Amino acid sequence: MGCGRVGAALAVDLARDGAQVMILDIDPSAFRFLPEDFPGTKVVGNGIDLDVLRKIGVDRMDVFVSATRGDNRNVMAAQIARHILGVPVVASRVFDPLREEMYRNMGLRTINPTRVQAKRLKKIIEAESEEEANEIVAGFMRQEES
Amino acid sequence: MYIIVVGGGKVGFYLAKELVEANHEVLVIEEDPEKAKEIADELGDIVLEGDGCEASVLDKAGTERADMLLAVTGEDQDNLVACQVAKQRFNVARTVARINNPKNEEIFQKLEVDITVSATSAIMAHIEQELPTHHLIPLMRLKGTGLEIVEVRIPEDSRVVGQPVKNILLPYQSMISLIVGEDAQPKVPSGETIIHAGDEVVAVTMHESEEALREALMAPPPPRSF
Repeated sequence: MGCGRVGAALAVDLARDGAQVMILDIDPSAFRFLPEDFPGTKVVGNGIDLDVLRKIGVDRMDVFVSATRGDNRNVMAAQIARHILGVPVVASRVFDPLREEMYRNMGLRTINPTRVQAKRLKKIIEAESEEEANEIVAGFMRQEES
Repeated sequence: MYIIVVGGGKVGFYLAKELVEANHEVLVIEEDPEKAKEIADELGDIVLEGDGCEASVLDKAGTERADMLLAVTGEDQDNLVACQVAKQRFNVARTVARINNPKNEEIFQKLEVDITVSATSAIMAHIEQELPTHHLIPLMRLKGTGLEIVEVRIPEDSRVVGQPVKNILLPYQSMISLIVGEDAQPKVPSGETIIHAGDEVVAVTMHESEEALREALMAPPPPRSF
């Protein structure tokens, strides 16, 4: 749910791994982030509407991910998927660190990109030279690949 | 009581106004500075500018000593999160969420919002009361019990017309609590009270037994076998 840069990249990655992927966004123009040859299904709809989630078969899915720009939207959809529709694995991105921690403690799988990104930005401004900054960024990328 | 109102739109504004008039301590949390100022101009220094879903804002609002939090923004997801943060982090005893999508009533209750209020459902209930449909109208849920209060109008052809209450086979944990006859006189029924066509019957039932109760009170008599 949420075909922004993150949602689209994840959908492509999962499809490449052989998963059957459906991507949902309320705004059809969001699908521009997907490659032309995206093998999954694109659906336009509101991910916090129970009827919509039922109609697209979320109750039969193995994994549900919410990664829209809205924290509240993301945690609401995740809780519907988990507690109402019984999806076994549910993951969300939450920008507000406090809200992220709270929902993680309530049993959702959540990540908060804010702190990591702030730390990383600090590291590269503290680098002594452009070369060192590039080296640090290369290090981040190696970490992500592993 | 100390009551926090999240969302200073029209609903939030008039709620706050009524609550102040009823001598409650009220704080409105509103994100939009212009709206916040308008409310402060009208109602005085009872507005906090900020996002009512954010723990830091709710902390500043003194939410840990609030008796009640009413989340009445126009967005269901924001109201859900405000209630959940209030409950989880600040132990607020009673949370109330305004909802637009009536389907969210059941979802929010599962997610531990104490009360949901839906204008959509309220209007639908009024429409259904006006129509001669064979429906059971859910009036309210009793918190934490799985029970709800429902209303039915007894149809002409119902099997219970002319029967005393004691003859009606009600589903498990269901009870007829009030009967309002066509003369608009409410009465608490005894076992001997006779049911008439057109009676408004208010009953308590389990949510799962709604259909069985509808059947018991509204279905026509079963065909006789000789």
